[in-house]
Amino acid sequence: MATPHRDKHGRPLVVVTGMGVVTSLGEGKADNWAALTAGRSGIHRISRFATDNLRTTIAGTVDFVAAEPFCAPALSEQFALRAASEAVGQAGIGHPGDFPGALFMAVPPVEMEWPQREALAEAGRRNGEADYGTLLAGAQTGRFKAWHELFLFGTVAARIQDRFGTKGSPVSLSTACSSGATAIQLGVEAIRRGEVSAALAIGTDGSVNPESLIRFSLLSALSTQNDPPEEAAKPFSKNRDGFVMGEGAAALVLEDYDHALARGAKILGFVLGCGEKGDGFHRTRSSPDGAPAIAAMREAIADAGLTPDDIDYINAHGTSTPENDKMESAGCLAVMGERMREVPISSNKSMIGHTLTAAGAIEAVFSLLTIGEGRIPPTINYKVPDPTIPLDVVPNVARDARVGRVLSNSFGFGGQNTCLVFAAEPA
Amino acid sequence: MTREVFITGIGIVSNLGEGIEAHLAAVDAGRPGTVEAERFKPHLVHPVVPLEWERQIPKKSDQRQMEAWQKLGVYAAGLALDDAGIKEDKALLGHLHLICAAGGGERDYQVDSQVLTGLPQAADPGAFLNERLMGDLRPTLFLAQLSNLLAGNISIVHGVTGATRTFMGEEQAGVDALRIAQARIAADQGDIFLVGGSYNAERPDVLLVYEMAGLLWKDSFAGVWEREAKGGGFIPGSGAAFLVLEARDHAEARGATPIARLAHVGADQVRRAPGAAGEALDGLFEKAGGFDAASGLVVSGATGVAGITAEEKAVLDRRTDGARRIATGDLFGNMLEPQFPAGVALAAALVKRGDARQAAVTSIGHARGEGLALVERI
Repeated sequence: MATPHRDKHGRPLVVVTGMGVVTSLGEGKADNWAALTAGRSGIHRISRFATDNLRTTIAGTVDFVAAEPFCAPALSEQFALRAASEAVGQAGIGHPGDFPGALFMAVPPVEMEWPQREALAEAGRRNGEADYGTLLAGAQTGRFKAWHELFLFGTVAARIQDRFGTKGSPVSLSTACSSGATAIQLGVEAIRRGEVSAALAIGTDGSVNPESLIRFSLLSALSTQNDPPEEAAKPFSKNRDGFVMGEGAAALVLEDYDHALARGAKILGFVLGCGEKGDGFHRTRSSPDGAPAIAAMREAIADAGLTPDDIDYINAHGTSTPENDKMESAGCLAVMGERMREVPISSNKSMIGHTLTAAGAIEAVFSLLTIGEGRIPPTINYKVPDPTIPLDVVPNVARDARVGRVLSNSFGFGGQNTCLVFAAEPA
Repeated sequence: MTREVFITGIGIVSNLGEGIEAHLAAVDAGRPGTVEAERFKPHLVHPVVPLEWERQIPKKSDQRQMEAWQKLGVYAAGLALDDAGIKEDKALLGHLHLICAAGGGERDYQVDSQVLTGLPQAADPGAFLNERLMGDLRPTLFLAQLSNLLAGNISIVHGVTGATRTFMGEEQAGVDALRIAQARIAADQGDIFLVGGSYNAERPDVLLVYEMAGLLWKDSFAGVWEREAKGGGFIPGSGAAFLVLEARDHAEARGATPIARLAHVGADQVRRAPGAAGEALDGLFEKAGGFDAASGLVVSGATGVAGITAEEKAVLDRRTDGARRIATGDLFGNMLEPQFPAGVALAAALVKRGDARQAAVTSIGHARGEGLALVERI
């Protein structure tokens, strides 16, 4: 038997052999890539619910997928199903319903939503008033048994496990807006431990509903430039004023390189490094000096066995909030040095919005497509440059380029910073 | 490379009190948990003892940004850091990894009630809902609801800023948090971890989720093994449990006194059908290998839910016959995410005290997930 392949740290190499994606731009890699490289936006006016009395009335909702009952966990499950079907299909691994590896699943935190509360209140109501006693009385009718499972935090992952036959105990996780990257990182770690030969890493988010949107709105996190919707998300621009909520999912089949080679699988790219650093500065804001984000980027590059000079392109977190983009730009300059002024960096969120829990996974797929296709998706809506962000943001138009190694950044509320390095070849 | 994994710190709070000693005393006294039967009648809960928050969360501004479930967790995390002797070691805390098992979502009951009362009369329900939520929700409530903000608050209050991750998924989140931390230390993917979770049962919105499926025990208190005949069910409990897990070499290098060895954590999640959970637990015992019933102790996380509790009992009767058996559900009810970490904490303290050489800690989640840990005397 051939000597097993190892990375510079002596660990098994991790490759990607299957990818799937759903966003407001469409279903599947082909449609998404075509739209993304054409600079097309998936942001539009919200039609899913009434937007009266809201400051933000736009989002990158995925409106071509149905779910029953219509709520975040059911919708997130549908997105994940589609993305995972594409990924597992491409990888050609295992057998239908028998995926030979673990499941790591980034899902939005789950809770009962207003239509369900209303139904329970209706069932439990004795007079005009309604409170939690009314809801509990409604619950006691026994008519809502199925909603118990629906609103458990572990259900989306359990249903994906059921469908694809992943092995062991599936992990449902949240690291806020870096969750998708954390799912990949957990898969990489499990393969490096030799625990599994393959892992299915998924990030999914279908939580554009009134209360979720209002929560972000009350924290002044969202863009309020509703008109025209497709121009609201403008990462790195001087007039950026917040992020736009997006929806979608991505799935990646991660595999031990030797396992993939042995079965003759097509290698789509390598996950060379992961970096992660907590930030205890504030619940929603990053340390102003960007130290934790810088540490996460450096750790990812070092974990990959590379130096900053080896990075060809940065797939930015790039939310379009005043704070993030400034901090991220300064952080990249600190990590990469003066060379950063020439390293292309772009934000997919300018087109698909911020897909929250799914973002890290979706942007991982787009990073690997960038490597595979030799084409960098642009940062659209870049009309008013921010002089404090002296970067090549690949403004407005996609660019052909040889990209061998990508750093993908994900940062989130609660001091979450997770960075991944993807590459065409081992280090 | 496989490194030994030591438990070097425990922080626990529940209805039985604060700290592991209070819990051991309750075990020794054979005292069941405190049951609150009035506040959420007809539902029972095991309420957490009152805590002086400022002892672990000094700033009032931090306390105000959290709801009870987060405060419980931050409090217990602080106890664990104290117990491990690392609370003031800023450099170590800066690379201490954190895995939280968390739910989330505490509601503003007053706002919810007003909305639910007003919606049926509203001329335009959608516009009404938006208006009320935009006007009445506290902006910071979101941060008290987000699952990963338990970890975020531990970072802020205690300065724990290594890698911080949050696992979700009820009881199994606690099993997987320990499983993955243990595996990472063993495989040299990290030296020291803070792992645990917290849960506030004294909330009508969480009772609601379980009441929809009729899973709550509403009769007068009975032990988990005795509920089957009356349809079964669990009593939710408030509390939190955190453990400091550490590579043996790391613990020895800093002169830490280990409590016990976390020798093994196994987990599975099978499709539930009659017999399936018991079979899965049996399989986990098989994989773990080497439980010696004669010198061992079982700390069971059985919930009292019908079917699965009887299945667990049958497996334990066969696999651990003769070993002393403690049900954490009788002590602090079902705390969901922190239930398994709390069971491991109790087992670690009991083996350290010399009650047994080895303890098996089980978990069969009320809806899904099976787990087994082996804790050994050092």
